[in-house]
Amino acid sequence: MLPWLILVPFLGGLLCWLVERVNQTLPRWIALFAMGLLLALGLWLWLLGDYRLAPSPADAGVWAMEYRQVWIARLGINLHLALDGLSLLMVVLTGLLGVLSVLCSWNEIQRHVGFFHLNLLWILGGVVGVFLAMDLFLFFFFWEMMLVPMYFLIALWGHSGDGKKTRITAATKFFIYTQASGLLMLVAILGLVLVHYLNSGVVTFDYARLLETELTPGIEYLLMLGFFIAFAVKFPLVPFHAWLPDAHAQAPTAGSVDLAGILLKTAAYGMIRFALPLFPNASAEFAPIAMTLGLIGIFYGALLAFAQTDIKRLVAYSSISHMGFVLIGIYSGSELALQGAVILMLAHGLSAAALFILCGQLYERVHTRDMRQMGGLWRRLPWLPPLSLFFAVASLGLPGTGNFIGEFLVLFGAFAAHPWVVVIATFGLVLSSVYSLAMVHRAYFGPASSPEPLPGLDGREIGMVLTLVVLLVLLGIYPQPALDTAQASAQGIRQWLGTAITPFASIR
Amino acid sequence: MDLTFAHFIALLPLLVTTGTAIAVMLLIAWKRNHRIAYIASVAGLLLALLSIQPALEAAPLDVTALLRMDAFGYFYTALLLVATLTCITLAHAYLGRKPGEGGFPGNREELYLLMLLSASGGIVLVTSQHLAALLIGLELLSVPVYGLAAYAFFNRHSLEAGLKYMVLSAAGSAFLLFGMALLYAESGSLDFVGIGISLGTGEFAPLVQAGMVMILVGLGFKLSLVPFHLWTPDVYQGAPAPVAAYLATASKVGVFVVLVRLYQLSPATYGGWLDSTLSVIAIASILIGNLLALQQNNLKRLLGYSSIAHFGYLLIALIASSGLAGEAIAVYLVTYVLTTLGAFGVVALMSSPFKGRDADALFEYRGLFWRRPYLTAVLTVMMLSLAGIPLTAGFIGKFYILATGVQAQLWWLIGALIIGSAIGLFYYLRVMVTLYLVEPGLMRREPPINWPQRAGGIMLLAITALAFFLGIYPQPLLQLAQAAGL
Repeated sequence: MLPWLILVPFLGGLLCWLVERVNQTLPRWIALFAMGLLLALGLWLWLLGDYRLAPSPADAGVWAMEYRQVWIARLGINLHLALDGLSLLMVVLTGLLGVLSVLCSWNEIQRHVGFFHLNLLWILGGVVGVFLAMDLFLFFFFWEMMLVPMYFLIALWGHSGDGKKTRITAATKFFIYTQASGLLMLVAILGLVLVHYLNSGVVTFDYARLLETELTPGIEYLLMLGFFIAFAVKFPLVPFHAWLPDAHAQAPTAGSVDLAGILLKTAAYGMIRFALPLFPNASAEFAPIAMTLGLIGIFYGALLAFAQTDIKRLVAYSSISHMGFVLIGIYSGSELALQGAVILMLAHGLSAAALFILCGQLYERVHTRDMRQMGGLWRRLPWLPPLSLFFAVASLGLPGTGNFIGEFLVLFGAFAAHPWVVVIATFGLVLSSVYSLAMVHRAYFGPASSPEPLPGLDGREIGMVLTLVVLLVLLGIYPQPALDTAQASAQGIRQWLGTAITPFASIR
Repeated sequence: MDLTFAHFIALLPLLVTTGTAIAVMLLIAWKRNHRIAYIASVAGLLLALLSIQPALEAAPLDVTALLRMDAFGYFYTALLLVATLTCITLAHAYLGRKPGEGGFPGNREELYLLMLLSASGGIVLVTSQHLAALLIGLELLSVPVYGLAAYAFFNRHSLEAGLKYMVLSAAGSAFLLFGMALLYAESGSLDFVGIGISLGTGEFAPLVQAGMVMILVGLGFKLSLVPFHLWTPDVYQGAPAPVAAYLATASKVGVFVVLVRLYQLSPATYGGWLDSTLSVIAIASILIGNLLALQQNNLKRLLGYSSIAHFGYLLIALIASSGLAGEAIAVYLVTYVLTTLGAFGVVALMSSPFKGRDADALFEYRGLFWRRPYLTAVLTVMMLSLAGIPLTAGFIGKFYILATGVQAQLWWLIGALIIGSAIGLFYYLRVMVTLYLVEPGLMRREPPINWPQRAGGIMLLAITALAFFLGIYPQPLLQLAQAAGL
């Protein structure tokens, strides 16, 4: 079952490429079917599975579902896939956004449709692999593998901006940032395996086995940094974020949706799944620095978002700001905040995807991303402006949307241990309402540049966005299913961190 | 020492290769025919490959004091033979039709002869355990390559490449000989183990140090490590593409393997100072090779610089020389050879049938995807593999090198590797994306593709499939590499 979650996108992608010669629309249907299948499989697993158990310090090998197959025997590497509540939520999100990214490129992409969908589906396959891999080698394998199709997606189907900032530069920047930091993580993985080997005499890349590794504090800290930097680049945290706005601005809509919706989530997932449990002591020690970085991200992202004139860059910077909250939630060491971080990841996945889809639809109509040339669109376009308004206020954390639940839980959960961080972070919410409303104001209100009405949205476009509206509201008023599913995972992580935090708590 | 039947069995790969060279020479003298010369060369090389199987059963065996036939040697013999076979097939496609019909204007058959001779030199080199055999093998490997590099002698660049390679290679050999003499003066022995034993006990005399450094300089020239790399881009650019492929793969593999054997068998090489020297060379090769490649607009020069960097990576495993190092070298060399052959192969097929100058400028590859999709797929996979991206063989190689480096705790070298890879990505990606760029008005008709080219193309596709396969399921290669330890 689990291998099929990964194989479906990969095989679907290959099929798309092969049938391109036969028919230009067939690849779209195949891709849609493959993604629908992935989503259906994910939902089916959610209905059937029992997610009350997840890995914890007491027993790291507890999974709702597991698959193991020897791969490279020489190095103790297995094809080890496993699923718990956290992975499941992420897989379902991937499936959903996969369907949407196929749908939103239905009209946008006209050149080399088959090859486009090959890349799109391989990204998603790699992402699902990241969410399921429980062997560090396999994890790294998928982690790096999704870069290549993403590179092609940006470089070949992206929009070339003005002047020097071409799509190829953006794609190359994205690739080099993530690949170089990925190598750092590979070194850290190898270091961990080596320490484990020296202790126990067994070469293994298995997650559960490596969790037992006993590390000296200095080495633990170094290895943790190796993981952290790789995740921080993809997250993205502020000193490592420079690739993100460019990549988003030049990427096609589907690329942006995937990038903001799920690729950033792989980094948060990696921190929750790997960086914290593998190095609990170092992570606890590092937590204040991480939370400070989160704070910097919140404010820096919000301020820069406000200053943007390009609407996609604005949304991109707002992602940086939101991911700052996720980081605080992850490192606060509170179960509630961790739950909040997971909900926020889901909600941000939905709302950022929706905003990028709307930006794409807007671009198809007004052929610019520059907000200075928009203005007054409210009167010229039905549907799109109010929907944008909805997602703008969702992203500023309006109660009733998933983002509110996520941010609220993060702040509430972290308050007990880190009141000052929470107090400062709360001001970030003010800034987020400033840039969100500014976006709506600049693009949709004010004097119109021409009185001509623009073509309205068709059923496909409205359907996509309305689905997201419904899901986001559902998550906002009844988040309990998602909370229940992720609960065991969050509890496990908190226990890992908890054992490490207690000695520090007494010092403070 | 008596040579028994078992010795001949063990020597079979070398004997068959040299026999093929002689046979091809006689064939050319008897009746000059391009196709027959090619078929004879391929058949001989295949036979030599097959003969490794019986030879392995006689191994390990010392054949005179000069050669040691063991699993290690056979592994690299096989690699050399496969590389030569590929280069010969590429050359067959490259040389094209008869001189009068728009093909290569000179004599075409001798190219195979020279390559076969050079390959037999390579086999001697990878099985040598004696300084004399090292010298014989190295010269037999290099001297035919002078001719090969200048094979398109009516082309100024090719002639220049041949001359340049000859002069610098001869200088390298002179250093090597001097170093050997110094080592002999101190140790009184020429075989690797003997040198190690007689020098392993006492303090290292300055003479030994000087000797080792000179040998290192000599081999460094052939491996084009920084600072002995200056000839590389010019020669790679000037030499015909199949020859450049041969230079970058078979020739370098042979030299590197003998360096590994020398380094591991002879304790004279142990000791901090040599490791430090090698580390400096490795870091310089990685950084300078990658940095110089950044500015290249010529694919062959770019590959030349990138090969400098790749041998810098390999030096990390050589310096570690413990744990996984032997396997890492084997795995990396295999993946490097595969990838480089693929990349140069595309250049060779793009330039064929012979068109005077090779199609090596990057702009000639613009939008190649829309003209020759298969060649583009090959080159894409090769670029990704050179950059070490998962799903390709190059990743497994890089993974092994990193693992070795971490195991031996060579942090500076690992740092250099990471920076080097990041820089490397930039130009590999640049080449890759060039292939897909659409240029209006560039859609020119390609000449119809004839059979030799098709054979070359099929072989390239096979190489690509192999690079993919090893990237996904490397276990067979890892087992082979493990069995091929020293």
